[in-house]
Amino acid sequence: MAADNTTPAPASTPASGEPAPHESQQPLASQESLVDRYVDRYAGRAREMIASEIRALFAVAARPEIVSLAGGMPNLSALPLDAVGEMAGQLVADHGTVALQYMSAQGDPGLREAICDVMSLEGIRAHPDEVVVTVGSQQALDLITRIFIDPGDVILAEGPSYVGALGTFASYQAEVVHVPMDDQGLIPEALGQALAALASRGQRAKFLYTVPSFHNPGGVTLPAARRAQVLGICQRAGLLVIEDNPYGLLGFDGEPLRALRADDPHGVVYLGTFSKTIAPGLRVGWALAPPGIRDKLVLAAEAAVLCHSSLAQLMVREYLTSQPWQEQVKVFRELYRERRDTMLDALAAVMPDGCRWTRPAGGFYVWLQLPPGLNAKAMLPRAISARVAYVPGTGFFTGGAGGEFLRLSYCFPEPARIREGVRRLADVVSTEIELHSTFRGLLPPVPGPGGGQDFLTGPAGADIPQ
Amino acid sequence: MSDLGHVLILAGGLSAEREVSLRSGHRLRDALQEAGVEAEVADADAGLIAAMTSDPPSAVFPAIHGAYGEDGSIQEILALLGVPFVGAAAEACRFAFDKPVAKAVVRAAGLATPASVTLPKETFHDLGAAAVLARIVATLGLPLFVKPARGGSALGASRVMAAEDLPGAMISCFAYGDTALIEQCVLGTEVAVGVIDLGEGPQALPAVEIVPPASGYDYAARYTAGQTRFFTPARLPEAEAAAAAAAAVTAHRALGLRDLSRTDLIISGGRPFFLEVNVAPGMTETSTLPMAIEAAGRALGLVCRDLLSAAAARGN
Repeated sequence: MAADNTTPAPASTPASGEPAPHESQQPLASQESLVDRYVDRYAGRAREMIASEIRALFAVAARPEIVSLAGGMPNLSALPLDAVGEMAGQLVADHGTVALQYMSAQGDPGLREAICDVMSLEGIRAHPDEVVVTVGSQQALDLITRIFIDPGDVILAEGPSYVGALGTFASYQAEVVHVPMDDQGLIPEALGQALAALASRGQRAKFLYTVPSFHNPGGVTLPAARRAQVLGICQRAGLLVIEDNPYGLLGFDGEPLRALRADDPHGVVYLGTFSKTIAPGLRVGWALAPPGIRDKLVLAAEAAVLCHSSLAQLMVREYLTSQPWQEQVKVFRELYRERRDTMLDALAAVMPDGCRWTRPAGGFYVWLQLPPGLNAKAMLPRAISARVAYVPGTGFFTGGAGGEFLRLSYCFPEPARIREGVRRLADVVSTEIELHSTFRGLLPPVPGPGGGQDFLTGPAGADIPQ
Repeated sequence: MSDLGHVLILAGGLSAEREVSLRSGHRLRDALQEAGVEAEVADADAGLIAAMTSDPPSAVFPAIHGAYGEDGSIQEILALLGVPFVGAAAEACRFAFDKPVAKAVVRAAGLATPASVTLPKETFHDLGAAAVLARIVATLGLPLFVKPARGGSALGASRVMAAEDLPGAMISCFAYGDTALIEQCVLGTEVAVGVIDLGEGPQALPAVEIVPPASGYDYAARYTAGQTRFFTPARLPEAEAAAAAAAAVTAHRALGLRDLSRTDLIISGGRPFFLEVNVAPGMTETSTLPMAIEAAGRALGLVCRDLLSAAAARGN
């Protein structure tokens, strides 16, 4: 209990010895309960780390009574757990002195070699020396931000962007400038405009953060032609690209898309992870970076964690070499495809008029736009009461924009639960529409994110009956 | 060691206050352990009734906040199961949890409470929101405080400084419940006064003064350690402190509460104004009741142990 050890705050007795105004009426000296005695000593970057009612609502969403369309948890029940368990046991029994020992901060060389094979599926030719293993790709994001960003530096990122990336950027006090997307992902013209706007203010972005395939939370994918355009713009501007690609192998149609990194080894840092293709609990991801950046990443990783879990790295290496992992990814793909179909069918069947949403060709997420005026964050308590959870769009933008959007994830719940969850959500939205119609004309106009532009509302939304 | 035997703390629940409740429950468990009582934390879920039937606890400490925990439903279930529990009985909880009802009851008992109106969302729909809101502002003035008629932790609550912010505050409020309490925002010193009854009648604990950051005592201010400053006892003249203590005891008695409660008051012009009462007060590190117990020179664990013993002796 913090309050037990706190230094008593001065009561009402001034140091001069003069009696305090109320002293005679105040028999007990008042003490300040310092719940956190270090409150005025935190770094500036901790200032925004505060309790939030949204987190409180997510604590409820984890209960089985609630259909959670919020979290992005991979479906591990499809993994061959017996085989993985046997493999792990064997690994410790046979190679325990290595698997349980320290290791280099860059990561196990054998694993890095296997990672290069994995990336070759997306057209990337890379050498294991260019790979740095990280604690999930989240740590790669953290390290990249750490080595590039001083407080106030600008990062360009899609609007919306992955909430975990925005959290990392905020913790390094970056200024995030969102670049709009449509149903084809990042809009190249908008990227050019953002760069020009920055230049006119005498500013320069440190990097572009993008999730080009099966975007989180947008559910959209940058087609090949746009990939070339985006790369061209970044090359001309000398802008580094951080390509975050957790879902690249989880496309529902055809072969994996060619990664941005495949066409620009010097201008792109590629972030990968086994969290979606094997299991997130292993916490194994990686960064593929040009040599200069790679060196800094290794030193930064050493400073952060000394080295990563050797056991987890060797487990992944063993899994990639001894298990039919590509077959397993196919199983995941089919499972997620079925769930995506279920969700899209359910949305089309029951969502009220005025809602529109994206149609993901892979990955985990559908991005839904509510009818004008509705706010997904304000609506969340109603949804929790109705036993369904989603993530409000505000989490995916900096500065409080995105209230009219929400992210739905179809990766974890069984199809029947998805249908039930969407049905509950439709009721919640209908009730909210009715409430807003009661106060119509009295509410301030809601500006669109990024100055009133209409996001993600191209053909993907246009074929929804309005 | 205590002879209490098997004690259960109920924490969690399915309201937005779940996380806060879990923190309260775990802190209570630790405090009881220090007092020699082995307590288990259990959630109110589909397994609860079976578990309580097959292995009935000697007493239960409900620490579920918000609906289900404080609206009397969990107390009703405990009574049905014949399990002794700490705190008010179901009927008293129902009155206390409904803020407008509690305000009416304490007003009848002589306490002051900010002027307010209570309206369901249908009224705004049926009579026209613009006309209703305009009348409210004309009558109550500004600033106003809008909050769900039922619920806690400031969830869905907002302070409204300008009339044009009122519709938005209503929307936020109606996301948490279908009835809103719109109250005059009385400016003054905010205090929370705990009341405990260890067999000698309800006694007020030292008032805890709450000094929120400029943004107000919202959810973040309540549960981010260090954002809000707390002074115990409140920095009040003796007469005001005594009036606050008396008001909390009056509210506790008038609402027919039992064992413990926490009354939130605003001291304005030397006078306490009743805001609301909690029958399952927060027990987290940033909650005021544990601070008050400590300031009274008591240990949280021993107080809770004695309340459990009294409940066990009382039976149900």
